[in-house]
Amino acid sequence: MRFSIYRYNPETDAKPYMKDYEVDVPHDSDMMVLQALMLIKDQDETLSFRASCREGVCGSDGMNINGLNRLACLTPVSSLKAPITIRPLVNMTVIRDLVVDFTLFFQQYEKVQPYLQNHAEPPATERLQSPEERAALDGLYECILCACCTSFCPSSWWNPEKFIGPAGLLWAARFLADTRDTATEERLANLQDPFSVYRCRTIMNCTVVCPKNLNPAAAIAGIRHKMVEKGS
Amino acid sequence: MKLTNYSFDAVIVGAGGSGMYASLQLAHSGLKVAVLSKVYPTRSHTVSAQGGIAAALGNVHEDDWRWHMFDTVKGSDYLGDQDSIEYMCKNAPTAMYELEHMGMPFSRLENGKIYQRAFGGQTLNYGQGVAQRTCAVADRTGHALLHTLFQNNIKAKTHFFNEWYAIDLVKNAAGDVAGVIAICIATGEMAFFNSKVTILATGGAGRIFETSTNALINTGDGLGMALRAGMPLQDIEMWQFHPTGLPGMGILITEAVRGEGGYLINKDGERFMERYAPHAKDLASRDVVSRSIALELRAGKGFNPGGMDYVKLKLDHLGADVINSRLPGIRELAITFAHSDPLVVPIPVTPTCHYMMGGIPTNMHGQVITLGEQDKDRIVEGLYAIGECACVSVHGANRLGSNSLLDLVVFGRAAGLHAEKAIKSGLPLHPIRESDIEHALTRVERWNTNKNGEDIKTIHDEMQKVMQSDFGVFRIEESMIEGLKKLKALRERLKDARLKDTSQIFNTARIQALELDNLMEVACATAMAALTRKESRGAHSREDYPKRDDLNWLKHLVVFSDLSVNYRPVNMRPDSVDPLKPMERVY
Repeated sequence: MRFSIYRYNPETDAKPYMKDYEVDVPHDSDMMVLQALMLIKDQDETLSFRASCREGVCGSDGMNINGLNRLACLTPVSSLKAPITIRPLVNMTVIRDLVVDFTLFFQQYEKVQPYLQNHAEPPATERLQSPEERAALDGLYECILCACCTSFCPSSWWNPEKFIGPAGLLWAARFLADTRDTATEERLANLQDPFSVYRCRTIMNCTVVCPKNLNPAAAIAGIRHKMVEKGS
Repeated sequence: MKLTNYSFDAVIVGAGGSGMYASLQLAHSGLKVAVLSKVYPTRSHTVSAQGGIAAALGNVHEDDWRWHMFDTVKGSDYLGDQDSIEYMCKNAPTAMYELEHMGMPFSRLENGKIYQRAFGGQTLNYGQGVAQRTCAVADRTGHALLHTLFQNNIKAKTHFFNEWYAIDLVKNAAGDVAGVIAICIATGEMAFFNSKVTILATGGAGRIFETSTNALINTGDGLGMALRAGMPLQDIEMWQFHPTGLPGMGILITEAVRGEGGYLINKDGERFMERYAPHAKDLASRDVVSRSIALELRAGKGFNPGGMDYVKLKLDHLGADVINSRLPGIRELAITFAHSDPLVVPIPVTPTCHYMMGGIPTNMHGQVITLGEQDKDRIVEGLYAIGECACVSVHGANRLGSNSLLDLVVFGRAAGLHAEKAIKSGLPLHPIRESDIEHALTRVERWNTNKNGEDIKTIHDEMQKVMQSDFGVFRIEESMIEGLKKLKALRERLKDARLKDTSQIFNTARIQALELDNLMEVACATAMAALTRKESRGAHSREDYPKRDDLNWLKHLVVFSDLSVNYRPVNMRPDSVDPLKPMERVY
């Protein structure tokens, strides 16, 4: 099967180019794209990409495969039409080949203060939370920070620095939803400007591509709802 | 070669659970701390842990850390150090509450307390019944733990060096550790991180085996660094084979499935664990269950005896509610990687390399121990090791499920506390000479300049094959002798291997070559240790020595890079309870 892969090493290449590789994929194989990339690296060790857990929980191998952002380790080769085109995550600075720069992505994540805030003295044991209250975090806390969503969001393309992007906002929603967190007002005030949240145009690309089947678009709508409730 | 110099009070190598717990502990001390990680912190292998963290909170029933300690000592087949195990079990509840206060999204019981589930080998009242001791975040506990720690490190403004790869320790003439040499993966920049305290938190080395539940990054980097610096590894023959990995890929299927009521069946549909462990059944400890599966497969009771053989894990009887709320991640993994929806059909599973009980020997503060004059313990000044790369030793010859995350947080915290005290009481920056850093630079330079040897891929694959065939669940002298011989030859060949890619920019081939240096060190040490220990204990199961031999082998085995072997006594002196005497181990 033919793979067409984006190649660029700033040390040696004047500009990026696509390079074709043939991989022997048996007819009934359940090979994932990540394994195919590893076989390609056996042919050509100069191909650089990130990978670690190879089971979709570490978030290392987000890339654009046949036009959609996905995790290579969770995408079966058999689900794709040949030739399979693999490019780095969209709209992120390429360091080399399929490896992109995550600096801005993590800065946006840090902007939402992604940690529990509660200034009350903690009890001697755990804080209590009912199973129903805890269930409010489901669909939010499972994010693996792979950047598939933010990199595929047109609002992030237009305002990469001012709009926080779906991943960061999903985490904002996760802490707003936690009954143990007491910083709701500060969190909402922190997001109160024309760009941070409101630049979401509900295009829904984030939700379409999330490899963990999360719904950042709904989370952003939830934040807006809370902001409106606050009258801000 | 140009070298940047950085100076810190403490440098932590590795941003998994133990490294980030230590950094958090140190962050509030006002000291200058750096964390080096070869991947972004949230990519560390802690993220893959599923089932939970053991702590005797007593949220479901009366519980006692002494019962937890008894289970852990028994689970270790009495090779664990009882002072360390006591410290871990006693401090477990405090650690859980700290994590909860940090925001860890634990699953909850109806009364609002942290949810706790059953796990293998965790019992009530010194072996009297199944305990629900494992605190869980559905089946994504590692993910929740790692992200919570990362988030709190952001809050504490920890200084991360992401995608920096540590190459070697820098040790001065006095034998003190003065820091590490590391390379920035993105740019190829090399730097010397000079520090008063260096903490290795580099995780396991499961990639020495062909099939493993471990992430691709688990290449034993800290272990290779320690061996090259002249320090030993301890009990490195003790490798845990998890009973339930998906055949082929080795994707982990958590023990929590059995904790929630799932069980194993052979091709006749028989719940065979009832024969091997009449009381604990599927919740016997992992070495016992893995051996039982291996025996079933050997007896032709597997589902695919001609090929990659396996038994099955049945959980459909638990119902959709339990599976979707307690085991949602497992359902996803089984559908994606085994094409079977556990709501309807059982999951194919087979014993798979999962965890390294051995590692760099340390005391309970995480300080690294080597052998000094007259083979007596000597503390290596300036060096700590924590988490899976360390052997403190709380897991001995077999780790209990849900004790590894506990090990990370308890000893990450302990090392942080101890290091802070040491630095504040005046520990200096250890002086070095040029020559102390040369060996690290030479190692990188060799990979940059070797032009004529063979590719690393062949050597890498052959090493994994040897480990898989000769050092697996069952071991026997003849094949181990052969295996060790092959490994030594591979280690020689590796010295001449070459890289085609010598770019400075995000050169992953070069990192893989440096990782292979470490894997090879660990593989050789494992082989030597396994061949030397002539008994069966915990995960180390020898067909030619099928019994545990306390008279001759109730001792830690240490092995050095030159494959010389020595021994250390097992600690049997807990502080506040009576020592646990070795008994026959039945489940």
